[in-house]
Amino acid sequence: MNFENQGVIKRLADQYGPENLTVVLGNGEANGVEVFAETVTEGDPSYAGPLAGVALKIPVYHVLEEEVMTEVPDKMREEKLQLSTLVIDIEPMHQVLEASRAKL
Amino acid sequence: MLKGRKIIAIGERDGVPGPVIAECLEGAGYEVVFQATECFV
Repeated sequence: MNFENQGVIKRLADQYGPENLTVVLGNGEANGVEVFAETVTEGDPSYAGPLAGVALKIPVYHVLEEEVMTEVPDKMREEKLQLSTLVIDIEPMHQVLEASRAKL
Repeated sequence: MLKGRKIIAIGERDGVPGPVIAECLEGAGYEVVFQATECFV
């Protein structure tokens, strides 16, 4: 996760409280999802960004996971997300993120 | 872990972009407090 976004998330966590936030990702591939999740739960694993050493414990979902998809109104889901479900393999990301959420 | 929480949408250029995630979650009644689109090259 780039440093600019890490900084914004740190500020939002200060403002709203991390217990009131959820991160929703839109990654196209599983590569990188684990690092994203680790950054906003345990802290920046590279120890270089604003979230280095900051364990916010914010739950992370992918927008195509069932838990999120079922929240989106049917028509919007069909128009905006249906195509992505055909090209993005959500299962590996679901496994990584489910494991990450289970640790919170 | 989703209900009642504010949403931070981090999309990806080659996946689902941030504005699309934000639009879908706002359509579901959530408050999106930040959205961005990252790019992995």
